[in-house]
Amino acid sequence: MADAHRTVDAVWRIESARIVATLAKMTNDVVLAEDLAQEAVVDALRQWPETGIPQNPGAWLTAVAKRKAIDTWRRRERLDERYQAIAHDLASSPGADPAAWEPIDDDVLRLVFIACHPVIAREAQVALTLRLIGGLSTEEIARLFLLPVATIQQRIVRAKKTLTAAKVPFEAPDPSEWRARLGSVLGVIYLTFTEGYAATSGEQWMRTDLANEALRLGRVLAGLAPREPEVHALVALMELQASRFGARVRQDGTPVLLADQDRGRWDRAQIGRGQAALARADALGRGRGSYALQAAIAECHATAPSIDDTDWARIVLLYEALGRIAPNPVVELNRAVAVSMATGPASALLIVDGLADAGALRGSSLLPSVRGELLARLGRAEEARSEFVTAAALTGNERERGVLLAKAAAL
Amino acid sequence: MKYMLIMRSTDAARQDYEKVDFNEIIEKMGAYNEALLKAGVMLAGDGLADSMADNFVVDFTADPPIVTDGPYGETHELFSGFWMIQVASKEEAVEWASRCPLGPGSKLEVRRVTEMSDFGEFADNPVLKQQETWRAESGQV
Repeated sequence: MADAHRTVDAVWRIESARIVATLAKMTNDVVLAEDLAQEAVVDALRQWPETGIPQNPGAWLTAVAKRKAIDTWRRRERLDERYQAIAHDLASSPGADPAAWEPIDDDVLRLVFIACHPVIAREAQVALTLRLIGGLSTEEIARLFLLPVATIQQRIVRAKKTLTAAKVPFEAPDPSEWRARLGSVLGVIYLTFTEGYAATSGEQWMRTDLANEALRLGRVLAGLAPREPEVHALVALMELQASRFGARVRQDGTPVLLADQDRGRWDRAQIGRGQAALARADALGRGRGSYALQAAIAECHATAPSIDDTDWARIVLLYEALGRIAPNPVVELNRAVAVSMATGPASALLIVDGLADAGALRGSSLLPSVRGELLARLGRAEEARSEFVTAAALTGNERERGVLLAKAAAL
Repeated sequence: MKYMLIMRSTDAARQDYEKVDFNEIIEKMGAYNEALLKAGVMLAGDGLADSMADNFVVDFTADPPIVTDGPYGETHELFSGFWMIQVASKEEAVEWASRCPLGPGSKLEVRRVTEMSDFGEFADNPVLKQQETWRAESGQV
């Protein structure tokens, strides 16, 4: 039954993080917890078409998974204290009693930290986070990233094996590691978002479904860790950038750059949500981190009536601050673009040439594309054309290549 | 996909509702809203005032349109509140809508919010283009 499958998928999407977190807390084993939960889903697919969806599907799936845990240990003849604890738990609250199922946010947060654990490779962290926290199937993740299912499958299997091999306990990081580990979680979510926002591969310029998944994960995390300003700031940044989705691409799929976007198509409600999230970050009174500074830059754009009426001086200032706390050639390149708008292309070209001389961003289309833009504005057409052609050869995105070649041809 | 969950209640249901402890209503709705928020799917939501003194209807049957107090009388299923959610599938919207703590006589009308792709073939429509120009000229860009 295709319908039942889609319904189970929908329930899983809503409930999976809490189910797996609850099971992981009981078994102290995230990998086992995920396997058990998946087996419970298989049972649901078999039974729900006949019995209907239970009153509390999350509790149903959790109870079934717990029974499977006991079965597993019986088979292994490991009747240890974990078995005792779960057997007791099941006996005292039989079946799918909703009251028996009170998962704690802290457990879900632990699960987030483990999905983004430093022992796992970054791309596997992304897949595991979408799977464990986002409740997406391997097939859905593969579709979002335009990758073969086997590739995603392999990343997840390998990540789970690594977690087991490293004997990662189901615990939140120590206070001393908290900041770095939270940074890793935020990095995973933002990487997912940016891959959707400006796809580095494939034929589409944007993959909004993927970006929206990242946004959902960000909102979930803000609910789990409301005292962390950078979490709210990341949500703000993603909301503000996503507010431009409707204007970033033409009907035929070609991208529209910021300067040419119809600002009437920006999602005002989404801009409002982004500003509210940034205000929440600021209200915690701990200053602006790198995501908050980026969100503040995005806010400058979102509230500007036109490209010319943008507060470029403020944007330059924010990029300078960002470059100091999180030095990065892409930030430096963006600062150059802002400087070119605030004070003209000549001073911006000095920054870009500095980056080029240092060998930064080698192999990326970003630097030649910005350099081409600045040279064109300075009337150095021949050099500009050469930069655009270089950038076109370097980009992996078909749509972007088209735009760059058109710029070269127009000079 | 975005969906709007539109809450509609019959007059009878609204009267029944008044007998229920208001604290209980607040608690249940609060829990529902919190679940939506924590799942990262809630975009917006509000309730609409009952007080008819503040409400009115503009009827475009006549020209110029007629403004009357209300809505009164024949509106058996009054629009009384809404949620805006962002989900991945219709089934997910069904699942969330079904969890709303409403009682007999109440309904949720669930409507998908239109996207630009719904207007695909009209993208070059001269009226839509004119609207863009108007937006630009009036400084709304």
